[in-house]
Formats: sequence, C-alpha cells, structure tokens
Amino acid sequence: MNMIQLCYLISTILFILGIRSLSSPDTARRGMNLASFGMLIAIIGTLFNPKIVTYTWIISGLALGTILSLPISLWIPMTKIPQRIALSHAGGALAACLIGIAEYYRYSTNITNLSMAITGIEVVLGALTFTGSLMVAGKLHGVLPGRPITYKGQNFVNISVFILMIALLLYIIIHPQMNQAFYILLSLSFLFGLFLVTPIGAADMPVVIALFNAYGGLTSAVMGFMLGNTIQIITGALDGASGFILSMLMCKAMNRSMTNVLFGAFGSIAEDTKKIASSDNKTVQEISVEDALQFFEQADTVIIAPGYGMANSQAHHALRAFADKLKASGVSVKYAIHPVAGRMPGHMNVLLAEANVPYTDLFEMDDINPEFPNADIALVVGANDVTNPSARTVKSSPIYGMPILDVDKAKKVVVLKRSMNPGFSGVDNDLYYKPNTWMLFGDAKDSLSKLSYGFKKGWS
Amino acid sequence: MEHVGISDVYIFIISGFLGFYLITRVPQLLHTPLMAATNAISGIALVGSIVVAGENYSLVTNILAFIAVTCSTINVVGGFLITDRILRMFKKEIKNPQDKKR
Repeated sequence: MNMIQLCYLISTILFILGIRSLSSPDTARRGMNLASFGMLIAIIGTLFNPKIVTYTWIISGLALGTILSLPISLWIPMTKIPQRIALSHAGGALAACLIGIAEYYRYSTNITNLSMAITGIEVVLGALTFTGSLMVAGKLHGVLPGRPITYKGQNFVNISVFILMIALLLYIIIHPQMNQAFYILLSLSFLFGLFLVTPIGAADMPVVIALFNAYGGLTSAVMGFMLGNTIQIITGALDGASGFILSMLMCKAMNRSMTNVLFGAFGSIAEDTKKIASSDNKTVQEISVEDALQFFEQADTVIIAPGYGMANSQAHHALRAFADKLKASGVSVKYAIHPVAGRMPGHMNVLLAEANVPYTDLFEMDDINPEFPNADIALVVGANDVTNPSARTVKSSPIYGMPILDVDKAKKVVVLKRSMNPGFSGVDNDLYYKPNTWMLFGDAKDSLSKLSYGFKKGWS
Repeated sequence: MEHVGISDVYIFIISGFLGFYLITRVPQLLHTPLMAATNAISGIALVGSIVVAGENYSLVTNILAFIAVTCSTINVVGGFLITDRILRMFKKEIKNPQDKKR
C-alpha cells in the first residue's frame, strides 16, 4: 500500500463517519467537518500521483472552481437551494462525462470491450444527468415554464431515442474504434436528458431532483470503475443510494409511483378536476385579523402547517416572530412538516431553521398528525395540496391517497392565503369550505406581522 | 484506463448496502443537508479528474479534464460550504427568545 492509497483509505472512513453523523443535528456539523478534512487529505494525496507531469491545468481548475463555488454557496438564499443543488448535480455529471470522453479519446484504438462498456455507460449517464439536471434547475428557478410540457406521441419518441441509445451503446462496445457512433451516442444522451424532464411539472421536482442525485452518484461510481479508483466507487454508491432512497420517500409522500412521476404528466389531469370543483357553489368563511387574534388569544395549542408559498413570500421570519409571541404567553406551538413541503427533500426544515425556528419545534407528518384533534388552532400558511382532505376521501381527485397533514381535524383552522387560486397542482382544496375553517386573505407576511403586532394588545 | 477487477463490483455492492443503512437513519429534518453533503462527497470525482488533467496527454484531454476539475471543485468546495451553512442554522430550543438576535 502506498501513501496515496493510505490517504484514500482515511478519506473513505471520514466520509462514512460524516454521513453517519447526519443521523442527528447535534453531531452533523462536526461529522461534516471530518468529511471535508477527509476530502482535503484525498486531494493532497492525489497531487503526489506519479502519473501527473504538469500542474498547470490542475491548479487553474482548482482555483477557478473555488472562486466560482463561493457565490453559489455563501450568498445564495435558502429558497433557491433546490436549483443550486440541481446545478451541482449537473456539474458533477458533466465532470464524469468529460473524463469519460477524454479517456475514450485517448484509448479508443486500444480498449477492451469491458472498458468500453464502462466508459460508454459513464458517458451516457453523465450526459443525460447533466442536461436533465439543468432542466430541473431551470424549471425550479422559473427560467423554464414549470408546467409539464407534453405533446402527442411523447412517450413513443422518448422510448425510441432510448432504444436507439442502447443499440448504439452495444454497437460501440463491440466496435470501440467507431468514433462517429460514440459521438452520436453522446449527443443523443444529452438530448435524452432534456426529453426526460420536459413532461415533468415543477410540482414533481422533489422526486426528480433526488432521482438525478441517484444518477449522478451512479455516474461517479462508474467513473470509479473506469479509473480503477476505489474511493470513487464507494462514494458514488453512497451518493446513489441516498438519491434513490430520497426519491422513493418523495414518491411515497405523494402516493405516486416512479413511473407515474416520470411519464404521468401530472398537470394535464389536474385541469379537468379544477373545472369540476369550481362549478359547484361552495362558500368560504372569511375572517379579519382582529377576529383571528381573538382565536389565538384563547388558544392553548397551535400547530402551524407551512408550505413553500410562505417562504417564497419571505413570510417565514414574520411567522417565527408571531410564534415567539404565542410561546411567550404560554401557548404551545409546533410546526407540522409534510415531506414534500418545499421544493426538495427536507427543504421546509431548512427554510424554518433559517428563520431561527428551533428544530425541536419541527415535527414530521406521522408524529404530528395524531396531535391535530387536540390542537385549538391549525394555522395553515402557504400550504395547499398537503392539507387537502379530499386526498383521503375523493377517489377521483388526482391527489387521492396522498398522505396529508390532518389540519382539518383541529378545532379551528385558520388559513392564510393570498386568494382562492388553487395551488401548485391546480386541485381545489376542500379544506377551505369546512365549517371549522376560516380564511384570512392577504399577503401572508403582512397578515402575520399584523397578528404578531396585535397579539394581546387588546385592540380587537 | 485500468483493468476492472471483480473485487470492485463487490465493493460497489457492499457500499450500496452501507449507503442504504446510513441514509435510512437520516431524519427528514436533515434531508436537504444530506443532499448537499453527498453532493460534496461525490465531488471526489475531482481526484480522477486531477490525474487526467496532470497526465498532459493532449490539448483535447487537457481541456476536458480542466473543465472536469473546475466542475468537481465547485461541487467539493461549494458543497461543503453550503452544507455547513445549512447545518449552522439548525438550533435547539432557545431558552430566552430575547437573547438571540440575528
């Protein structure tokens, strides 16, 4: 065993310890510091690789990468984390893809079929993850339309391209020196990544972002195979496992299968039910800030159900200020976090943590749902589909079967909402028509500021 | 380009199981930092890219590897920075709400 391998061994252990430390917020930071130290060891060790004859390209790459990484890490707002993560999936996949191309370029005349197979898979996966993740980032950032884009025969086109790619891949495995076939395969893979994400709406991005995380991990592991680099095989497998588990969890939280997310084109179904729902005349109870204050002043327990809309209008700081006021006067305040609240796995927790909400107040859906019947008030801020009780009962609803927060079981429900527009999925929410629901219309940030200003001031 | 050994396949499979075991223990609370962290760690592709960039085989491979080193460095440095930034925000119950001011 030489020094470099020893470095990699230490790094691998530190990486595993780092991920293990993420099982608790108490240990997470220290663990990640260990992992970053492990990374430093691995990089320094690599610089002593005897194969390296020039440092020009390495040092310029390291320097440029470090400079570029700062703005997207230190100053990016937490609401934009999902697209930033998607972008870095794209970057990682591009790196693996380019190294695959470089290796092919160098060895294509003298390559075994097995090595060609590995290089081919690496390049295909890397290329489609790159363009796919860019699409995800674009949709999340609003640069591209968030709604699903579908056309007739779309699945047919996608499957044809996929079959063509498999055929080309098999062909170059048998004939590795066929350069044209390799570059056609490469272009098709880039294209296929775009095709994959086109029919998927922004509402499904939590699943897709995790799925591309998995592909990225897999790409990295395959690159490890190609370069004979054990540490990369291990980290790639860990990353891949993480992505797959998260995408499965997200699917479960929306009660949808992976095939349904990838090929279902959610939005088009939702269109019909929206029309049905708006045709019958149901009435909502409106409430003013003053009346809402009376509710809160008499309450002992309040459970808050936040959604992405809250963070998007920067209302999370106002929400925390109001919650602090409630707590200071002895009210029990808890936050109910649905797994798909926000735009990526765990996003809502980060957004609330950003507003200084202690994580001990944040509760996962399964833990908090039994507590709603005992809550005096369920305060819904910017959450819509994840509180829709028709997911339990209405079989025709596109969100039927999706696990929801049982806010409607609370004694009173107060919904902060800008208007009656249906949410992300376009499905009408039955919660708003319940007799124990009151709607407080207006900008959530504004309403929350008024609530916390007026609380126990006696101007109602 | 190296010879692929069967032991690498064993390593891959065992790591996959290890990953499954480790990741299922991560609470939903930390799923976003988990994604940021695995992203940073899989930036280890940097070491492969560094070697290719240093071999100085031809201008084409140099440029490809240079871009790969840049992208991986963004993931490594940016990934660890943002993971730490997120984790720093997670705080336990604050005893006296008046004390903490952002």
